[in-house]
This record gives sequence, structure tokens and C-alpha cells, in this order.
Amino acid sequence: MSRLYMARNPKVAARSLDGEMMIMSGRDSTLFTLNKTATILWQSADGTTPLDEIVKRRICSEFEVEPTEALHDAENLARELASHEILQISEEPIPPRNTVAGESRAGESQ
Amino acid sequence: MSGLLQEMTEKAQRLNIPFNVQLDLTYRCNERCVHCYLDHDDHGEMTTVEIKHLLDEMAEAGVFILTLSGGEIFLRKDFFELLEHARHLMFCVKLKTNAVLIRESQAARIRDLGVESVQISIYSHRPEVHDGITLIPGSLKRSVDAIRFLKSQGLKVIIANVLMTQNRQDYPGVRALAAELGVECTLDPTITPMMDGNRSTLDLAVDQNTLRQVFRDTALVGDVDEFCAIPAPSGESELESTPCSAGHTACYVSPYGEVFPCVQFPLPTGNVRQQRFVDIWRDSDRMKEVRSIRLKDLTTCPSCTHVGSCTRCPGLAFMEGNMRGPSSQDCGKSFARTGIPSANMLAKKSAAANLGHNLVQIRTAPNLASATA
Repeated sequence: MSRLYMARNPKVAARSLDGEMMIMSGRDSTLFTLNKTATILWQSADGTTPLDEIVKRRICSEFEVEPTEALHDAENLARELASHEILQISEEPIPPRNTVAGESRAGESQ
Repeated sequence: MSGLLQEMTEKAQRLNIPFNVQLDLTYRCNERCVHCYLDHDDHGEMTTVEIKHLLDEMAEAGVFILTLSGGEIFLRKDFFELLEHARHLMFCVKLKTNAVLIRESQAARIRDLGVESVQISIYSHRPEVHDGITLIPGSLKRSVDAIRFLKSQGLKVIIANVLMTQNRQDYPGVRALAAELGVECTLDPTITPMMDGNRSTLDLAVDQNTLRQVFRDTALVGDVDEFCAIPAPSGESELESTPCSAGHTACYVSPYGEVFPCVQFPLPTGNVRQQRFVDIWRDSDRMKEVRSIRLKDLTTCPSCTHVGSCTRCPGLAFMEGNMRGPSSQDCGKSFARTGIPSANMLAKKSAAANLGHNLVQIRTAPNLASATA
């Protein structure tokens, strides 16, 4: 089975407001707020860590959920975020040069 | 404002987070607009390093919407370096510019950096009027060319049209130009006094007749009957509400690092060269004072018919002498809209009548005159 890689779309704007991640689409300025799982995916989307590892390390450890089911749900979520151009997804690692905000703190604030 | 953005703004207010900040990068400008409230000399702008540090602090404080304005932002040689840093920090960046210096390459770079929108000042569709306001020959052509470059990059462009005596007949032409260019257009009849308190620019504000005409233009306001309707009486909950976002979810930082509640509210609350941005936002006594004001605390407005629907600007009120007082320009707008004078207008009329009465009394003191004769 191929692995899925995710990177944050450099065209979006993002900020965490009291733990709730806001993302504004760079395509049409639509505003989204992410739930806890989607926020973890967003924060972990460095283009190089495969989704199954993110699920294993960040999601299964935090939520009591079966790994296969969690990966399935996370893949659906990642594809949905990609459809809104919030994330870029690929079956290959996504080089950092494609992400203006690749080294940023992913919109995190105090 | 979209429902979710409104919800997030309300959440920011509950959490005391400066959600929306305008940062003027410079007061220098390549136009000399007749209504401008700024001193264009450079009195010690923040350096590149200082502004980058400020942007870091703002991101940490939770600022989401960052408007970069001026002066003319493209006069800063480090503009793109600052913009890149701002986008690296994932702000939702909006630009305000006259766009005279934007050509194809700048437009492409703005697109690549993921700017949310670019607001460009256009005063008329006629060069003789627009250039007569900016005092720069050829400026309309340059700005309109820039709009085309930006649009060709797929960027969201908004034409900002300030209404004043010089261009009062031209706003339909500007709207037609915006439609032709495929961009949004806003119209604002507010003229701001100079930052040093000089109020001479207010002479350029349009008169009541023009305001009445504008407020009854269906192309601008939609349903005129609804827009110009007599407001319903305000309830107690409305009087408990805050006057505007200044100091609550929004503030303004000048090129010299001074923090104010709003660009139109020149009450100094601190300087980021001396204090952390978030400390000024949270702890400044003046910011707290602005934040404490509710509609019920205003001096004249709570009894006014328009209190629930008025566009009263606390900054303009401050520049008239009292941040809790009325803003006469906004009283004029409410009157032009509905035909009902504001409580402030009635109070001034009454005061003038009383003054007249007193003068009559002084004039008619023949007994005193005859007694001393």
C-alpha cells in the first residue's frame, strides 16, 4: 500500500485561537476551523512524515482508536482538506521548497 | 463579514486577542492627496529588523488579519522582505496601496506570497479629477494598469473610493470602471482630520445633499426604504454593546512603533520600541479605558434615535474632543440617511438658541447704560 504525505499549502493563512485552528483558503478566502484531529494533521503536515506515522505517533497515542480505522479516517480527512486546498497531498514526500511557510510554526500562537 | 469570521472575531474579543491589526510601514508617499491626514516626512520609521520582530510578536499575540498600509507601502525598499516574513508567519495579509509602483513582476510576487487582497485608492474614472486629487499627473493610468496586472494574476482587488467635494459626481463612473475591471468597489464619505489635530481637511467632506443622494442610490445601498428607515428604538442589550472593534479586537501600529486603538483614533497607548506589543494591548491603561466604554456610557448618544444604527466612530469623536462624545460626521450621515436629526444635532441647535437668547439679554441692558450715563 502506498504512503500518503502532506504539506501545508503555502497560500493559506492560519492562526490558532485558544487551541482552535483557523485556516483561510488562499483560493477564495473561505474561512475554516479545524477540529482537534484535523489540527493535528495540519500541524504535522511537514511534507516528509508519512500519514501512517503521524496517525501512529500523534492520533493513536492521544485518542483511543484502532490504528487501521484511524488511518482510514485520517486519509479521508487529508483528502478533504486537500480538496479545499488547505493541504497538499502526494504519494511522494513533498520537498520543503514547495512550501513558503514550510519552516514556520504553522500559525501557532500563545 | 462571513458567519464564521464573525464567530471567530467574537471569540477573539472574549479572549482579549488583537485579531485584526493595521500596520503602517511608512508615512512617506508618492502621491499628495488633498484629503490625506498624514505627515509624509520620515521621522524615524522602524527598521526591517524592528518590523520583523514586531510581526513575530503579533503572531504570538494571536493576530490573524494583518493589513499593511501607509503612506505608500511600496516606497519601502524592504517591502517584499517584510511581506515574505509576514506570510511565513501565516498572517492573512491585506495590502492598501495606490499601486502606482506595481508592475507585472510585483503583481506576480504578491500572488506567489499568498496575499488575501489588495485595496487600491481610485478617486475618479476621469484622469483630470483623480490626478487632481493625488496631485500626480498620470497616476490614474498607473493605478488602473496595476489593477489589470493584479487581476491577471488572479488576485482579489478592491477599489476604495473616498467621496469628497472634488469627486462627488464621479462615484458611478468609478463603479463602472470597477465593473469593467472585474473588481470590487467601496465608497466612503468619511474625511479624517490630520493626525496633528488640524481639521482643515474636513472642508473637503461632501454636503448633506450629496450624502442624501448617495444614500438613496439603489446601486449602492440596495433597498433604499430599508437602508433609510427610521431606526427601531434600542433596547438595553444594545446599550451594553461596544461602539466598534477599536481596542477590542483591532488596533493600529504606526511606522514609528506607536500603538493606537485604530488608524482613525490617535490616542497613544504605547510604543513597541519600548514594550512588547502584547503588553501594550493587554495592559495599557488607555487601551483598557477605550475597551471599557459601552454605548450606555456615551455622553449624548444613548438618548439618540440613531444609537443602535449609527456608524459613530469613537476615533472621530476623540478628535472632536471626547472619545465618549458624538462624532458629528456620523451624526450627519444618520441625518442624511433618515431625515431625523441626531441628539447631538438637536443639542447643538438648542445650545445655539440659548446662546442667541443670552446675547439678546446682553444687548438689551439699556437700564445699565442709562444708569451710568
